[in-house]
Parts: sequence; structure tokens; C-alpha cells
Amino acid sequence: MKFISEFRDSVLIQKTADEIRRLTSGTGRTFRIMEVCGGHTHAIYRFGLKDVLPKEIEMIHGPGCPVCVLPEARIDAGLELVRHEGVIMTMFGDMMRVPGKYGTPLDMKAKGADIRMVYSPMDALTIAQKNPDKHVVFFAIGFETTAPATALSLIMAKKQHLTNFSIFCNHIIIAPPLRALLDFPDLRLDGFIGPGHVSTIIGCKPYEFISAEYGKPVVVSGFEPLDLMQSIMMCVRQLIEGRCEVENQYGRAVLWDGNSRALAALEEVFDERNSFEWRGLGFIPHSGWKIRDEYAEFDAEKRFSVIETSVEINSEAACGDVLRGLKKPHDCPLFGTVCTPENPVGALMVSSEGACSAYHQYGQRLHEIEIPSNFKLQEETVV
Amino acid sequence: MCLAIPGKIVAMPEQELSFALVEVGGVRRKVILDMLPEPAHLGNWVLVHVGFAMNIVSEKEAEEQLELLRALGEFLDEPLDEPLEEPREEEVATAGGV
Repeated sequence: MKFISEFRDSVLIQKTADEIRRLTSGTGRTFRIMEVCGGHTHAIYRFGLKDVLPKEIEMIHGPGCPVCVLPEARIDAGLELVRHEGVIMTMFGDMMRVPGKYGTPLDMKAKGADIRMVYSPMDALTIAQKNPDKHVVFFAIGFETTAPATALSLIMAKKQHLTNFSIFCNHIIIAPPLRALLDFPDLRLDGFIGPGHVSTIIGCKPYEFISAEYGKPVVVSGFEPLDLMQSIMMCVRQLIEGRCEVENQYGRAVLWDGNSRALAALEEVFDERNSFEWRGLGFIPHSGWKIRDEYAEFDAEKRFSVIETSVEINSEAACGDVLRGLKKPHDCPLFGTVCTPENPVGALMVSSEGACSAYHQYGQRLHEIEIPSNFKLQEETVV
Repeated sequence: MCLAIPGKIVAMPEQELSFALVEVGGVRRKVILDMLPEPAHLGNWVLVHVGFAMNIVSEKEAEEQLELLRALGEFLDEPLDEPLEEPREEEVATAGGV
């Protein structure tokens, strides 16, 4: 077992696709299923799953991309910290290309700012240990998948009595935006493909409100193409049989109750914020983590008095509607012209897990544009 | 962002109990085990995310899943399509970023 190639088996993928087709054909309905996680969005396009799914299945891309939903005001506020004397800013690679008011962190680095890409918050901790005369800030982003790693790094920093290390905390919580989405009056959604790796930490219970209160099925899914196909099949089966339950497709990695040790680390270090802003979705109650008072010395927001200023977003950009599933990326007037992966306007184009970036990279635009019946190719003039 | 890559524990240095060497797509990495809810052993597969092992991947569950799917619509067996792309090595090695 290699845990990758087995789940890319074309025969089994075809079997699953056939089963989905058998279930949906003749029902005369469209099944609108949201894949919550940006990693799922990326996989659906990368492996061309849209092409093997019947037309009755419409995939809607959810808000599960931490880079995409981080508001520009937070990006600017975090990058402002690098202007303090002796600060080394560290962040994941995903953040390096996100534009703020001073350009992207990569641009700022090119102009001499000490911004370093790290693979893990532990790497940021190591940089702090090696540079006792500097202060190292880690620009922390991510859902419950990533937050425990930040928490464990802070626990370690405290044990080692480090005084030159802090976190600019932007960790977010997956369930509140799902409730916010479900409360949107214009939402048209039948079910959810739940995020697999968030669920390795939090388990399946946090999604129970979706079936209990909103009557919609949730299938927690793995990330390989066969995982996604099976999850879509399970979701469709529930809808056809009139069930709405939380099911776990990703049993090899997700326990129903999650990872108790990681959850304990979260509890030790973080506390819920009253409210946190999401790009495209606005302020959502209890949707972000802040650092507990016991760890205040490691909170960059407390050490440096971070100031957030509101940022005007290009009014033509449709990021919010795309995040809510109301529009497809190519419905945005900026898509592929003003807003491209090289020069992203909105964050959905920045991260490879953003819906716009996935569409741009894998050419979905061509698949989904309807060609008018009276359309004719102009004949080339031969000179 | 939430990408986690399965890797196999190939060495567990005794003096550093909270670390293991994990082979991810042919690359060996030092991975922290402090997040695992149960002790890991040599040869276990773990999901690696930002330098931490998040959990032990269950081979039994994976086999059961594949078995279930193999049994699906057996009468429908169709000829092989083109195989989907295999993971590229450099991708497996770097995709675990965040």
C-alpha cells in the first residue's frame, strides 16, 4: 500500500463514475454539491473529474482556502510588522505571492525586507533560536489542520523561555463559515463534501448541525480522485434516498472524534475570537482563533500594537459571489484579463487552491462557456 | 493549504523520541510526532502536514474502502481507460508544503 497510486486507479474511478451516472440519470434534477476545501477544488480540476461526472452533478467551490479568505487588511497589518527594527517575518510559501498595499511579500523581500519562507512553524522557531538579537514573527494562517502545529510551536517556545518569537495569528475555524453560508437566503446547495484533513483533527461531529439543523448531507472526503468520486457517490445516494447524515469516506485518516492530542494543544494555546473577517463573506462570529492570555508574550498583535485599516477592493471583482457559489470564476469581468495568476487582483487567483486559479490553470473556461448557435469562425484573410 | 501527504516511518532515533524519519515520495524528512494521539512504530504510515505527523493512516480502512469499490457494479465492468497520471516525484516531495 502506497496510499496514493491505489486511489488513482482508473478502473475504480470509472466504476464509481458509472454508479453516479446510474443513480442520477432519469432523476431530472441537478445535484448541487459544495466541496468545502480548496484542496478538493484543486484535485477536481487537476484530475479532470468534472469530465467524468454526469451533467446532473454541479460542483460548487467552497471557502476552504485560508489564503483566499484572509482579508487584505489583515495581510497589510501583518506585513507592516516587518517595518519594525530587527524583525524577521516568516510565512508559508502560499502567503509569499499574496498582494497587499506594499506589493507581495516576495516584492518586499526583493526590496530588502527580511521575509523568509518556512515549511513549518517549527522552522520559524529555529530561526528565532539562531538569531537571539532579532525578533521572529510567524505569519500564521490556516484552519484546524494547521493551527495545532502553531499551538505546539508556541508550547515549545514557552518551555524554552524564548523571548524573541511571536505569532501573528490568523487561524480560522471551519464550521462557522459553513453555517454562515447556509444562512444566506440565496444559497442553492444540496450537500457538502467535507474537508478531510481538517477532520483528521476535529473529527466529524462539528458537521452534525448541517444535517440536524439544515437537513443536508455531509461526506468527509479524502483528496485522491477515487476518494472524491466515492464521496460524491455517497452524497448523491443520501440525496436520492432522502437521508441527510454526516458520513466519513476518509476512514483511513479520519476518526469520528478527531485527534484528541491536537485538540488539547489548540485548547491550551487558543481561544475563540468573538468575530473574524472573511474575504467575500464578511465578519463571522466565533470563526477565528486568538492567542490566550497565558501565551500573550508570543502574540505579535499585543507586542506590536497591530493596526488594521480598511482596504477598498476592486468593485468589479466578484470574489465574494464566487466564494458563496453564486457565480463561477469566468462570470467575473476581471477573470483571466485583469486578474491572472501572474497578477492576481483577488485572493481566489493567488492560491493554487482558489477556484479562480484552478479554472485558469486547468482551462475550465473553455469547457463551460456556451458557444452561441449563430457563432461562426471568421475566415482568415490570406494575403 | 490543508494538504497532507502520506509517508512511511523509516527510522526512529531513540535519543529523540518525538521525532521520526519519514519517507515522503522518496525524500526523507524529519517529522515531529508530538501531535499523534497514539504511539507510532517503525513502518507505520503517517499523514505529514507542515512538519508534523497528524495521524497514523489505517491500512485496514484503506483496504476495506478499495474492496468496497471493487465490488461496485461488477456487472458493469468496462474496458480500461487511459490510466490517470502517476504522482510526479517532485510534486509528492513538495506538495506537503501547507
